[in-house]
Amino acid sequence: MNKTLLVFRHEFRHTIRRTGFIVLTLVPPLLALLGIGIFHIVSGITRPPAEVTEIGYVDEVGGFDQFVTQGNITLVPFDTTEAATEALVAEDIKEYFVIPSDFISTGIIRRYTTQRELGPPPATTVAIEDFISSNLLAGRVPEATAARIKAPLNLVTTTLTATGTVAPEQGGYANLVIPGIFGALLAASLMFSSIYVLQGLGAEKENRLMEILLSSVSPRQLITGKVLGIGAAGLMQVAVWVAATPLLLNLASSSIGGFMSTIQIPPNLLAVAVVYFVLGYLLFAVLSIGVAAVSSSVREAQTLASIFTTWVIAPFWLLSAIMTFPNSPAWVVLSIFPFSAPVMVILRLGMTGVPPWQLATSIAVLALCIFGGLVLASKLLRTYMLMYGKRPSFGEIIRNLRRA
Amino acid sequence: MPVVEVNHIVKSFADKVAVDDLSFSVAQNEIFGLIGPNGAGKTTTIRMMMDIIKPDSGGVMILGEKLTEASKNKLGYLPEERGLYRKLTVIDSIVYLASLKGMDRHSVEEKADELLKQTGMLPHKGKKIEELSRGMGQIIQFIITIIHDPELVVLDEPFAGLDPVNTELLKRILVDLRNQGKAVILSTHQMNEVEELCDRILMIDNGRAVLYGNLTEIKSKYRSNSVIIDFEGELGQIPGVTEKRTHKGYVELILDGNTTPKQVLERLVSTGMVINRFEVATPSLNEIFLKVAGKNYE
Repeated sequence: MNKTLLVFRHEFRHTIRRTGFIVLTLVPPLLALLGIGIFHIVSGITRPPAEVTEIGYVDEVGGFDQFVTQGNITLVPFDTTEAATEALVAEDIKEYFVIPSDFISTGIIRRYTTQRELGPPPATTVAIEDFISSNLLAGRVPEATAARIKAPLNLVTTTLTATGTVAPEQGGYANLVIPGIFGALLAASLMFSSIYVLQGLGAEKENRLMEILLSSVSPRQLITGKVLGIGAAGLMQVAVWVAATPLLLNLASSSIGGFMSTIQIPPNLLAVAVVYFVLGYLLFAVLSIGVAAVSSSVREAQTLASIFTTWVIAPFWLLSAIMTFPNSPAWVVLSIFPFSAPVMVILRLGMTGVPPWQLATSIAVLALCIFGGLVLASKLLRTYMLMYGKRPSFGEIIRNLRRA
Repeated sequence: MPVVEVNHIVKSFADKVAVDDLSFSVAQNEIFGLIGPNGAGKTTTIRMMMDIIKPDSGGVMILGEKLTEASKNKLGYLPEERGLYRKLTVIDSIVYLASLKGMDRHSVEEKADELLKQTGMLPHKGKKIEELSRGMGQIIQFIITIIHDPELVVLDEPFAGLDPVNTELLKRILVDLRNQGKAVILSTHQMNEVEELCDRILMIDNGRAVLYGNLTEIKSKYRSNSVIIDFEGELGQIPGVTEKRTHKGYVELILDGNTTPKQVLERLVSTGMVINRFEVATPSLNEIFLKVAGKNYE
């Protein structure tokens, strides 16, 4: 078998058998599953009971005697607060409220309950609001107008393209969810894959294996097999996450409903995510090789590598600023800057979209940096891989690179 | 055809010339000693032979050709800076590194069992490398070096860190390899190991060859005109002896330029004294090196 393939197979197997890799692959889907399960359990516990709940009220204004059935809640009138309190203590009613005589000028409704709670349950609030406004408007405005006063608008926004046609991407928070998830997964897989390269090569240097390996394979075969083997493991990890995402979204839609059911994975996002994973991984992998070559230990290599791996998660620190000022030129710069580009582009795709010229520039810069990084890493590997002990200074590295 | 042919190789690092116009050859069926003090250029020379680093000038031929990926499979190399994957088991380490030398898994496992048994390491076959002692790890590294039946075995300080039992075991295996027709290059700064094992040597200092050739011939060339005797009784005055040096357990007699050891022996016997030991004094490699290089490196 070709020696590059042998190195590839060894690195792939070695990586996917690592406890850290297995945990990282399984934890995000399992956490999401756990979250959905917890939501399901909590919503089951807090869901309003199907049977009719009776809530008492004392009308000191007068005229609040219609619309006493609000869904599963029935409003029971009492003449005095004493009578209502007696019924509450006797558990004939769940709670009661008083419409004070100055309600029209103050808007204050006094509510009494035996439950200790953080705030009034939303279902109760909605029922009382609807009961009050329906009684106030009854007979004064037509029924349709009363409905508009109670729910004045349902704002439906349509995004148009530059030519005035309806844009295929309509934006909204739902559209941010998938790029957000993809961005987080991309950041995690890029960081961990480059750490695996770093650890693999660093351990081979630290454990004095490099010379044994180089007596059997060429540096090119070693680098190619290692980068592709670990990259394939990283891609497999991403594939597991991507495959799990629609299943989890379906589960979330059926359990949580609401805007979760409106989430869809745009195919172009998937394609862009794969392109940025491959390019981002190659860039970080070649840089990791250079860093591992000049470092004397794996720990030192990881510390040095944080100079560029930190940029991967930087877009998440800026997420609220990106949402507030989505068209800032700063985000364009970060979409082209190679270390932050993969995650930044994915996040922006979900919010405002990324113009084609920016995508092309970003990909071109990444590709150039991969090539430059490869040349640099090869020189560093040749020069420093068999040097043990103290890490060379930055000045020494520059001098030796010029000479190499 | 020599197994190794090194022609005028030169290698510099920064301002230091590590190897300076070095030439030598190694034949089949011999153990060749590459010796010299620390920092003499031995490891750099070996790395150039293994094509791990390139010489600035000069060339290296291995088995009659420049080293290729295919011919790397015919070499076994145990570097001075050596180690293994700490998390892998012994057998997985052997299988992976032997596969990079072109062996299939079945052959590796078969040969590994044989070598592990020979070295007493078979019970540790399934253990992780990190569970082994340093000496045990070195035995596994040695097994990996020779498992693919290489034509040329290059060992850089192979006995460092080994206990006397394992040192003897390795020496026996090296002699066996030589007897099977392999070429073995032994790089070390321990001269006693070289004297015991090597057929020919190259002694280097500051990157340059200072001694090269058959070990017996070199020792003969640097032999001083003296004899060593262990005797009972009084030595007295012996014609042809210019100086007597007393050591613990023996006396060294320095002869003048016209007297041979045979003549001294005849004169000693004629005095009727009891002689327990009589031998021509040959200098150790260490002494020869000190004489040639003029410095102490031990």
